[in-house]
This record gives sequence, C-alpha cells and structure tokens, in this order.
Amino acid sequence: MPHRKSLSMIWRRIPERYRLEGTRCATCGRYFFPPRSFCPDCRRKGRIEKATLSGKGKVYTYTVVHVPLEGFERYAPYILAIVELDEGPKITAQIVDAEPNEIAIGMPVEMHFRRVSEDGETGIIHYGFKFAPIKA
Amino acid sequence: MVGIVGYGAYIPQYRIKVEEIAKIWGKEPETIKRGLGIYEKSVPALDEDTITISVEAARNALKHAGIEAEDIGAVYTGSESHPYAVKPTSTVVGEAIHATPKMTSADYEFACKAGTAAIQTCMGLVKAGMIRYGLAIGADTSQGRPGDALEYTAAAGGAAFIIGNNDVVATIDETYSYTTDTPDFWRREGQEYPRHGARFTGEPAYFKHVIMATKGLLEKTKTVVEDYDYFVFHQPNGKFPMRAAKKLGIPKEKIETGLLTPWIGNTYSGATLLGLAAVLDVAQPGERILATSFGSGAGSDSFAITVTKEIEKKRKRITPVRYYMERKKYLSYGEYVKHRKKIKM
Ligand SMILES: [Zn+2]
Repeated sequence: MPHRKSLSMIWRRIPERYRLEGTRCATCGRYFFPPRSFCPDCRRKGRIEKATLSGKGKVYTYTVVHVPLEGFERYAPYILAIVELDEGPKITAQIVDAEPNEIAIGMPVEMHFRRVSEDGETGIIHYGFKFAPIKA
Repeated sequence: MVGIVGYGAYIPQYRIKVEEIAKIWGKEPETIKRGLGIYEKSVPALDEDTITISVEAARNALKHAGIEAEDIGAVYTGSESHPYAVKPTSTVVGEAIHATPKMTSADYEFACKAGTAAIQTCMGLVKAGMIRYGLAIGADTSQGRPGDALEYTAAAGGAAFIIGNNDVVATIDETYSYTTDTPDFWRREGQEYPRHGARFTGEPAYFKHVIMATKGLLEKTKTVVEDYDYFVFHQPNGKFPMRAAKKLGIPKEKIETGLLTPWIGNTYSGATLLGLAAVLDVAQPGERILATSFGSGAGSDSFAITVTKEIEKKRKRITPVRYYMERKKYLSYGEYVKHRKKIKM
C-alpha cells in the first residue's frame, strides 16, 4: 500500500476497488481479479468479458502487521489477509471489525467499503474494499 | 403509490459507555445517564466515515429492495459530516453500488434532517415520473468538542431508503414540513466542532418544530394519534423524543421500538431514519407509522407511512437494525480518542 499513487491510476481502478469489478473468460469460466484481458488457459480461444465478483470468500492465509507502513500507524496492529474469493481469484486485503485472535484460516469473509488511504490532510481520500467476517 | 421499495441500516461496531467519558472529565455518570437518557454511543472504526456508512446502508437497501442499481435515477445523501467540503458523498455511493452514470445526484445539509429532505426530494421525482427509483440516505459521524455535553451523544450511523412506486414495503401517504430560522446549533465553515445556543436547543427549536410538523401532518391527513401504531421522532438524546410524545399525548409503547439513541447515541442525519428502519423491521402489514425528523437551524419533516403486505416477502433479505445494535465492542477513552482522531500523529 504505497502512500502516494497518481490520481489517474487511482481513478481508473475505481470499478475494481469500489465494487470488485473483474473479468471472466466466457470460454472456460475462469474469473480474474484484478481484471485481465487475456486467459492463460484458453489463450487465443479465450473470450474475456466484464464480471463483478460477489465479494464473498474465505481467509486463505493472513498475517498481523505490527509495524505498519507510513500513514497506517494508527491502524496497528491490523490484519492483512489473502482472501480466496468464491469465484476463485485470490486477493490481498485488510480484515476489519475483527481482532487478531478472532481470525482463522478458512473463515468466511465478505467485502465491505472502507477508507483505504488518504493523500495527507488536504488530498484525495481513497476508498475501496476490505473484508470482515461474515455476519451470523 | 409512492413509498419505500427497500431500506438498509448501518451502525459501526464500536461503542463507548457514558461512564468511560464521564470519569475523564470528573463527572457523575448516573447524573448524565439520567439527564440525557443515554447509556452508550456508537463510534466509527478508523477507516469509517459518512461515505463508507452510506455505502454499507445503500448496499443493504439495494439487497432488500431487490432492484437493479441501474434503475436508480437519483442519489441524495444528507449529512453534516460529509468527508469533503467540496466533492460529493453521493457520487462515491452511486459508483460503489453502480447506479452511475445515468443518475442525478447531490449532497444535502440540514443538521440532522438532511436525510428526510432527501426522501422528500425522491418522492417528488418519483411522483413526477422523472425517475423510477430514488436513493435517499441520512448518515453521520458526528463529533462533540472533548468535555462538551455533546461528547456523550455524538455518534455514527446511517440508513438508506429506496423510494419508488412499485412493490413498496410501505406507502408514504403524506409528508408535511415546518421550517423557521432558529439559532439553536451551528458550525461555521472550517471549524471542527459545532456550537449550540444552549437556551435555544429545547423549547424553541426541537419541541416547537417536531410538534408543529407532527400536528400539521395529523391535520393534513385528518388523522389522530390513535390511528398510528408507531411514532419515530428525531432523537438527539433519550429524553427529548419521550417528552415530545408526552406533549402530543402519545403512549410510551408507541415510541419505544424506534428509540435507539439510548444505546447508539445521536446518529444525527441517521437518527430518524434508523428509528424508522427499526420499526419497519418488526411492523406488520396494515400498521401505520408517523415519523418526524428535526434539523437544527431549524426544521422538521413529518411522514405518514402505511406498511404493506410486501414487507413480509422482502423481510428475509433485510439485515435488521437489531443486528447492528447487538454487534458491539467497547472502547476505552484512550482508544476512543484515537478512533475519533482527537490526537494528531
Ligand atoms: Zn479461459
């Protein structure tokens, strides 16, 4: 999570950051997130289309970050996980609304909308997906 | 007939008890609890703000309504804590639920009643046939100056209502507003915390507007208190709505279901809407609800609402207000200060 990214890059990624818009290969059914425009399985036979992922998945693996990057000191300790989405892709995301002792590998989680970072006190606020344990 | 097609709530999971705040300032917690009728309040997580609360509530509303986001033609968010002074909350919400780009949008501000003003706007646009569905949101992450009485009540939460003509879970039969220029509460541009004209907050502000709007609505609809099963009033604390009910001759039982402030605090623009959502969560077809908001400065919007059979069909898709009320983690004052960014790092 670098502190500064170009505005245009952030802006282009709004569909994927806000609502998990990825892609899917219509030939073999494989989902891609972040979106890809080429299916490595079907190659030239692949037909790529837009696909919004459900935002549900499970914790594939996780780590507790005690020494955060600059700009994230306030959040420490926080949980950073690789989430395996129901559709298959694995993504790295922060786990919120849970303490380190409340998280486990295989735990079902779902997407929530949170602040991801901000460009200082006067800059733009970046929003996007984080994950939390699924409500009972 | 125009009404509520779906609704959704959101309350952050963190809470702080009155005792925890009172001990820092050397105050007697029992006096505060009795005086304000409040036990604890909600506190947003470090990465939550009015935009994130609005998106969560809107997603819940969309799921409940069972409609396509692209059929939403208007998004209005009412708040007094929009994260940006210039750059709308509503465009982020519209993008997050993918109602964009074919929609109109604006943010509203009117202290705690901006969310009900958004509902009225959507009602008008739907009735005029200009849009199929409108999304009206009231949400806030309000702050009180440390040590100020508002510190015990200023809380975070919000609710979203999808307004339309078809498959409504409740019809909005009538609305009536009462508005004057009253200096009860304000925050100047660029200032972090609001100020209040202590003498003005009760009688000439809250009570006058809530009661005049409610009475005006009863007159306009030729109904009486007995015709309604539930009443929801803006709830800056646990006491004011009870006193307003008493003045209007409303029995306590009819106001308790929608009175959430004692346990979550004053969610400002979210308060009346969350109270209404809590009532809709349990209301039966045919039951009638009267809801009156209040915004300092000052004004009240009152609504006469009748629950339809559709509510039973859609109920399984709702995340009830109760879920968010019961899910909670308590903070110490030190953790709370960090959450509310009262210390600069
Ligand atoms: Zn393929």
